[in-house]
Amino acid sequence: MSSAAQLPVLLPALPELMLAIGAMALLMFGAFRGEGTAATVTWAAIALLILAGAVVLWLPAGTLVTFGGSFIVDPFARFLKILALAGSATAIFMSVDYLEVERQQRFEYPILILLATTGMLMLISAADLIALYLGLELMSLALYVVAAIERDSARSSEAGLKYFVLGALSSGMLLYGASLVYGFTGTVSFAGIANATSQGSIGLIFGLVFLFAGFCFKVSAVPFHMWTPDVYEGAPTPITAFFAAAPKVAGIAMFVRTTIVAFPSIVPQWQQIVVFVAIASMALGAFAAIGQRNIKRLMAYSSIGHMGFALVGLAAGTPEGIEGVLVYMAIYVSMTLGVFAVILAMRREGQMVEEIADLSGLARTHPAMAAFMALLLFSLAGIPPLAGFFAKWYVFVAAIHAGLFTLAVIGVVTSVVGAYYYLVIVKTMYFDEPGKPFAPMAYELRVVLAVTGLFNLLFVVHPSPLVAAATVAARSLFE
Amino acid sequence: MASWPILSVITFLPLAGALFIAVVRGDGEADRNARWVALWFTLVTFAVSCIMLLPGRFDLGSADFQFEEKHSWLEGAITYHMGVDGISLPFVILTTALMPICIVASWSAIQTRVKEYMIAFLVLETLMVGTFTALDLVLFYLFFEGGLIPMFLIIGVWGGPRRVYASFKFFLYTLLGSVLMLLAIMAMYWEAGTTDIPTLLHHGFPLGLQKWAWFAFLASFAVKMPMWPVHTWLPDAHVEAPTAGSVILAAILLKMGGYGFLRFSLPMFPAASHDFAPLIFALSIVAIIYTSLVALVQDDMKKLIAYSSVAHMGFVTMGIFAATTQGIAGGIFQMVSHGVISGALFLSVGVVYDRMHTREIAAYGGLVNRMPLYAAAFMVFTLANVALPGTSGFIGEFLTLLGTFRVNTWVATFATTGTILSAAYALWLYRKVIFGVLDKPSLAAIRDLDYREMITLGPLAALAILLGVFPQPVINLSSASVVQLIDGYNHALAAAHTAALLAR
Repeated sequence: MSSAAQLPVLLPALPELMLAIGAMALLMFGAFRGEGTAATVTWAAIALLILAGAVVLWLPAGTLVTFGGSFIVDPFARFLKILALAGSATAIFMSVDYLEVERQQRFEYPILILLATTGMLMLISAADLIALYLGLELMSLALYVVAAIERDSARSSEAGLKYFVLGALSSGMLLYGASLVYGFTGTVSFAGIANATSQGSIGLIFGLVFLFAGFCFKVSAVPFHMWTPDVYEGAPTPITAFFAAAPKVAGIAMFVRTTIVAFPSIVPQWQQIVVFVAIASMALGAFAAIGQRNIKRLMAYSSIGHMGFALVGLAAGTPEGIEGVLVYMAIYVSMTLGVFAVILAMRREGQMVEEIADLSGLARTHPAMAAFMALLLFSLAGIPPLAGFFAKWYVFVAAIHAGLFTLAVIGVVTSVVGAYYYLVIVKTMYFDEPGKPFAPMAYELRVVLAVTGLFNLLFVVHPSPLVAAATVAARSLFE
Repeated sequence: MASWPILSVITFLPLAGALFIAVVRGDGEADRNARWVALWFTLVTFAVSCIMLLPGRFDLGSADFQFEEKHSWLEGAITYHMGVDGISLPFVILTTALMPICIVASWSAIQTRVKEYMIAFLVLETLMVGTFTALDLVLFYLFFEGGLIPMFLIIGVWGGPRRVYASFKFFLYTLLGSVLMLLAIMAMYWEAGTTDIPTLLHHGFPLGLQKWAWFAFLASFAVKMPMWPVHTWLPDAHVEAPTAGSVILAAILLKMGGYGFLRFSLPMFPAASHDFAPLIFALSIVAIIYTSLVALVQDDMKKLIAYSSVAHMGFVTMGIFAATTQGIAGGIFQMVSHGVISGALFLSVGVVYDRMHTREIAAYGGLVNRMPLYAAAFMVFTLANVALPGTSGFIGEFLTLLGTFRVNTWVATFATTGTILSAAYALWLYRKVIFGVLDKPSLAAIRDLDYREMITLGPLAALAILLGVFPQPVINLSSASVVQLIDGYNHALAAAHTAALLAR
């Protein structure tokens, strides 16, 4: 009985265990078999991620708690874990062709993504500050390395180093905040923190501010966004695609769970911070992107803006708001991965090109690719009837209900400003004279682009499955 | 009642056509096919929409929504709800009727990327018809806003030299107005718990919300209409758009603003509409007089007509917010009539543009010598634009002025000067282009209308005159709904007045 009794306790963490053990096994396999194993490891990693997703779905329904309450699997965690796993798996899938052509095949790359994903899942399920920090560091350390994986490229190394230094700083701040919170409440568990304070003390608020600094860094929200454009531009493109999707999901997950579960007693205090961060991110994302020429940098500012929109839902602090955040993240991941599929296909005469001007006349040279890209860009701009509109609808409808009118008005106005730079790309593709055609798009990228494009186009027809799942997930956070 | 979803068919049939064109592959042959496919799909759509007008289908005596369809869609409160009443039906028919004409007008004028062009137009038709048939605010917004995408591409890809500037201005102006409306829609959703338009019409919003929401809706519809001072996107968009794009812009997209005022602002926010009516009157008068004066000094034909559109839309907003039976019926009639006339005027400009590739007024003169048929058609439309009695323009302007006169004499007086000014610029344009000596060598060999141009201009000329002498069809179509709208409006105002007295 004693050995059997171990199993139920580990069961909720089965996906994480699978990924961790799988990553280590693949590491051994790669280390002993040499560089030739990259392809095998890549496909094995994708399979492992899909399997982990299946296990997440297969886990018994309801809320499961283990490791003394520090690890929780609720519908909220399930929703975001599936999303993070899908983002990671797609990112690896999209990089297959790139790594092959660029001769950058290293078996470490998919393994690092596996480890980062393990950290993300841990982060999403974290129910106390220690588990949160463990997950965060596991994710971040793997991300620092993966940003610098092109050892011979100065840009990549710079990106990795910059990310590491700034990331370490933000981790430090987060840790300091966590210690303050612990000091003033005497507990690290979220539920315990909520119970320990009927009203906020100044120390708790200080702790919260430092925690938020760390969170904002991880989701690249203003004013802790500075690393984003440089890292996005410097990192190899498939890695940028990865950065833009799954880690953002995990970052938002910890932001939302910590804020909602641990700090219900000081809502006005954290609400004003989140409102400010959301406004600043939306505005910076919209205005700073206008002048960009490099499409990866532009996507960096775009992601800053989108994090601002997602935080609008959190600012509302209601179940509707969190539902909005979840819908937003799901649609954001699909849009971003689709756009990066196009960016990864921007290869001309054996060279990757990254300028927006390189897309000129894409509608003539590659009509299908241009059509899907335009669709995704309109979706990013939030134009109905595409999915991006519904993402914005759900967060803003929650903000309006919560009475955050100023936030909502500023938000929609920045979305109009933001629409400008997406339109510039559409203009480049459709109105300008064509340049030299790109090399044919890789098979994997076509699949990703088609799936994400159709998802964004057809979401309007049958939105209920995603929305219903998000509703259940959001409610679970408030029980 | 139709047993089959007639409105969904009308709305989505063009989309099916667009899909069909998109999947058919081929090169030279595909362009020709795309034209025919687009023409057939728009014609069939028009035919289907006419079924609603057959005896025993649309009940003229009823003010309720008809041909209703309702399916669950987003959560419980937001549904896929379609239906038409006397206010929206004229616009649906106007849209479906003008689309085949636009396709024919683009037949030889558009030679590059024909497939994409036809796809954009068919998608646009779906979105326009959907705007008028949607009976759910979110659904309405979806169609209303979605129309920006194809129009952006139409202006930007097939437009003139400054097309990029014009398309961006069009898109961003309209989007900025609309997102504020979106927030108002959200606020209404929380207040009423639904976005179902028929329910909201009877909801009775509190005064505070009414005022804010009224302004938010104004932001959107004033840009779309367009009202002075947010009209500046229109001349640019019109000048740069291809001919058929201008026709759609002037004839249908502008009407969405007026339709919005009638469907939302007036019935849902009656107290705010009443309070702010003087503002609308002022803006309308400025639009009528100022833009007419601006039209007088234009040297580009399309720009002149664009400014005249702004002036004519001024009559519509004035009539609507006068909130009298004549004012509103006149507003609807004026919109339908302006749809026909301005569409035809842009087509007329397109005729000479296709031949000479310039819209400079100074580049023409004496066309009557070489193009008698064209001169005749252009005259009909010019006089209709001037609102000569016997043309449809007269009925619309007269009714709106009559309706406004009962409410505010001064407003009507000032607005009437607009009809004089419109005669000044329209007749001046006609004299410059058509009359005079044909002394420009480039014009010496200009051809008169060919059969395709006659097909496009003929029906519009007939309509402009027919509606001028026999306006009953349009007025009867909308009368029941207009009467109900006025009743509801006055009732709500009286209730608000009583409440205010009690509170005092």
